[in-house]
Amino acid sequence: MKYKPLIFRLLENDKGGKYFIAIVVLLAFIVPICNLAVPENSVFHLSTYVVTLLGKYLTYALLAISLDLVWGYLGILSLGHGAFFGLGGYAMGMYLMRQIGDRGVYGDPVLPDFMVFLDYKELPWFWYGFDQFWLAMLMVFIVPGLLAFVFGWLAFRSRVTGVYLSIMTQALTYALMLAFFRNDFGFGGNNGLTDFKEILGFDLQSDYTRNGLFICSAIALVLGYYICKFIVDSRLGSLITAIRDSEGRVRALGYRDEYIKLFVFVVSAMLAGVAGALYVPQVGIINPGEFSPINSIEMVIWVAMGGRGTLYGAALGAIVVNFAKTYFTAAAPDVWLFMLGGLFVVVTLFLPQGIVGAIKKLSLPKNKADAKTDNTGKFLNQVDVKK
Amino acid sequence: MNEFQINSTSTTHMPSDTILYLDGVSVSFDGFKAINNLSLYVKKNELRSIIGPNGAGKTTMMDIITGKTRPDEGRVIYDDMVDLTSISEADIANLGIGRKFQKPTVFENHSVYENLKIALEGRRKVFENLFFKLSAEDDEKIREVLKIIALLEHEKRNAGELSHGQKQWLEIGMLLMQNPKLLLVDEPVAGMTKQESEHTAELLTSLAENHSVVVVEHDMEFVRSLANKVTVLHQGSVLAEGNMDSVQNNQKVIEVYLGE
Repeated sequence: MKYKPLIFRLLENDKGGKYFIAIVVLLAFIVPICNLAVPENSVFHLSTYVVTLLGKYLTYALLAISLDLVWGYLGILSLGHGAFFGLGGYAMGMYLMRQIGDRGVYGDPVLPDFMVFLDYKELPWFWYGFDQFWLAMLMVFIVPGLLAFVFGWLAFRSRVTGVYLSIMTQALTYALMLAFFRNDFGFGGNNGLTDFKEILGFDLQSDYTRNGLFICSAIALVLGYYICKFIVDSRLGSLITAIRDSEGRVRALGYRDEYIKLFVFVVSAMLAGVAGALYVPQVGIINPGEFSPINSIEMVIWVAMGGRGTLYGAALGAIVVNFAKTYFTAAAPDVWLFMLGGLFVVVTLFLPQGIVGAIKKLSLPKNKADAKTDNTGKFLNQVDVKK
Repeated sequence: MNEFQINSTSTTHMPSDTILYLDGVSVSFDGFKAINNLSLYVKKNELRSIIGPNGAGKTTMMDIITGKTRPDEGRVIYDDMVDLTSISEADIANLGIGRKFQKPTVFENHSVYENLKIALEGRRKVFENLFFKLSAEDDEKIREVLKIIALLEHEKRNAGELSHGQKQWLEIGMLLMQNPKLLLVDEPVAGMTKQESEHTAELLTSLAENHSVVVVEHDMEFVRSLANKVTVLHQGSVLAEGNMDSVQNNQKVIEVYLGE
């Protein structure tokens, strides 16, 4: 057999994944060219606003993939993934705050503006080291990962599952929101962290930095996709879906299902953290609103909309829903929430497998589709007879 | 030869060729005694059938052995040394106890082959599975089992598409992949045709050559065809024990079965 590198082998039986990766890579080249090289009066020119917007969608896509890993594959409906996204975002925000240095309104060389305003005398201990990029990046992984680890350790060992677990994840993100809203919590309270100037010495307002961040988001998305794909294609991946379908059986086979769940949950939280860290420099602000339960529920809608359990479906859902959101919140701001709710109902009723599932169904040859339903029909009959 | 015991209380003596020894086990759910001071030996390489009316505690007994349910009292000694009541379900499975559930429990969204691959013995840790590579040896083992359970030509099909009987076999196949010392088989022939039942009886008998097998079954004809020692459970304890004929002629057993 001819040797193929892992990046091709992983996509061998993943047609949607191939298209998805190809499109993201293509975007990573074309978008910066259309923004920087194509003259402004050309129809192919993309404004910097659009580049940033697309970059934001890509981070949402990464977030959706991380959610799909725990929901679509492991079967845990997390209603609190915004917590991990937000924590990753805050870690990046803290670095960006420290980068401002003495250029803030109050001109304090160490303390960020909000601390001066709130009468802090010195930097709280947990802000130490965040002037170092590498440490901040480490924290982007560690903080969400650690929270997921502690939460998962407690929940999975006590075998909390289903709706109860979902409610707990929702409570987790809500608790974080309340904590981060407090001024004395040390993260800027209500206003969050904003007024960023530069990242690694690059001016955040410059077109080049914006395009750079867009490319970084595309790279992170592709890497994140590959990491998830590697996991779900391994024997561990078979176990993950096996846990989703029949947890007791997996346990009876001698696996510690709680450790497997913990691993997936932590990986997912870290990916969500990375998405948050890339989101913040592009939108220029992080505030406690990111932790609000409604955000986490919206993420679930993206994944449901795109199609669970395919990874690329989740990414597609995130991009489609957010594109619609951007358009309709400007065109008809009053109806957007109704549309979102309506969309969710329509998807649940008519597209249980999401957009991806609907496309698959349409592209399946008719006789093959019939054969499939026949089989299940037969199977059901057998069960009935035997009962 | 009538060697049945009633409510046998624990004896401290235990023959050394015992694989499983339930010693005065009791468990109650909301005041209902599902298992009542149950004591039972299973020898190494023995094929044992457990019968009893509904609610006799057959499945609860299996739950206790596999650690799914913890007893209020008593010990479950496995392989001369380990008390199973104090270790986790996964550890119990890894000590070599495999279980087929009453309702066939296979991974319906996985292919038949994949089901067996998951059950393959050893390699139970997270990272071992993340970087798992199927060796030629593993593949051979899986194919061997596929042949035994007569699913060789169905290996690529989803387990959910199999007939009820085939699912039962697939689950027995998964037990075989685990290579356990003790197999607990709960209602293996439910929903099987006569022919399939016969095949299953053969399979279980041949397994007993080098495994210990405990079978819970309702189908009397099937139990008779196994031609082995039978234990009758009633209200959570042993009512009678012996070969099928002696058990069927036992006055207490007749009362329990006909009295219902």
